[in-house]
Amino acid sequence: MADEVVLLDFWPSMFGMRVRIALAEKGIKYQYKEEDLRHKSELLLKMNPVHKQIPLLIHNGKPVCESLIIVQYIDEVWNHKSPLLPSDPYQRAHARFWADFVDRKVYGVGRKLWATKGEEQEAAKKEFLEIYKTLESELGEKPYFGGETFGFVDLSFVTFYSWFYVYENFGKFSMEAEFPQIVAWVKRCMQKESIANTLPDQKKIYEFVLKLKKIFGLE
Amino acid sequence: MTDEVVLLDFWPSMFGMRVRVALAEKGINYQYKEQDLKNKNELLLKMNPVHKKIPVLIHNGKAVCESLVIVQYIDEVWNDRSPLLPSDPYQRAQARFWADFVEQKAVYAVGKKLFSTKGEEQEAAKKEFLEIYKTLERELGDKPYFGGETFGFVDIALITFYSWFYVFETFGKFSMEAECPKIIAWAKRCLQKESVAKSLPDQKKVYELALELFGLK
Repeated sequence: MADEVVLLDFWPSMFGMRVRIALAEKGIKYQYKEEDLRHKSELLLKMNPVHKQIPLLIHNGKPVCESLIIVQYIDEVWNHKSPLLPSDPYQRAHARFWADFVDRKVYGVGRKLWATKGEEQEAAKKEFLEIYKTLESELGEKPYFGGETFGFVDLSFVTFYSWFYVYENFGKFSMEAEFPQIVAWVKRCMQKESIANTLPDQKKIYEFVLKLKKIFGLE
Repeated sequence: MTDEVVLLDFWPSMFGMRVRVALAEKGINYQYKEQDLKNKNELLLKMNPVHKKIPVLIHNGKAVCESLVIVQYIDEVWNDRSPLLPSDPYQRAQARFWADFVEQKAVYAVGKKLFSTKGEEQEAAKKEFLEIYKTLERELGDKPYFGGETFGFVDIALITFYSWFYVFETFGKFSMEAECPKIIAWAKRCLQKESVAKSLPDQKKVYELALELFGLK
């Protein structure tokens, strides 16, 4: 019996991108359904009644929600190739810790950078630089956060690359100048087809944010 | 070679309690080290330099941080008894989802607003708090545990807040039993387990500490 895999998503979402990369890494065929987050579909509301958010994976009719939970689910079900998490429990705990760090710290501070002004934005910039320094220090000399191979932490963080131009523009700094190791790591990741084919163009994301700011009166 | 397991913790922390319950479920011998969070010691700062928080599990010298990450680690290492997560990947995803719900909805943060705010802000916090617990009650349904027939990951994630119910009730001026009877019934069922009963401090002791900690006397 063939698997039926559907992904409800929103193209600029760095959370949705994580799932797209995971599915690509595993070579899984799926149906992509773009959601209009201002007019959420009945399917989304029915399948994720608690959070009403994307990404949402529907596997043979059963929903899985929350991007990192979906990625772990994909890794466990399609466990025949391209492992996304390490096999050792300690390494796995380490990977979960850093993916959790990305979830808790990276999205919020990035959003504040483009959605606020003045003092609030200055504070956000300071926090942003600190958080990325911590990540750079964790990366160290390793080719990937996972060590020799691309893994869970890389996947959880690389999707923010699409948003780097937005952050640089509104924060008025250069990612390359501030975080050369992170930029080198991103370029290494982008050599992988699953990532290069998934991540939207930075300029498109920037256009999207300009539109968003207009809609929400954040100019 | 015997395992060396150390837990850096703070007795009223519902996050630390989760690890205590998991260790007890698995029957693991460990050394408990009470931390003074106002004067964090070198060991804590060295073992959790990123967040500088408890709980921290130190297993044969290596640190594992974040309570739900620690519980999963414990389940995977000591995998020969008392499974805490389901074996089926879909059930596992559902368990992670609900444990994440408990975390995301910052049950702790909303609960904290209940006793650290007043007036309209407190009313709003109370409304949010009860909505969250009603959602959890719906998810529990008629099952004995969130995990189904057996106590598991989601039960561990949530039961530790029980120690703080008296604090929430007193400051929020409501009764958990009246508002969420199924949750109370579930909590009492969990408390019949030795691993839970011996890991959760008394509600009145937590109340006394909360008064002190948050200067509420």
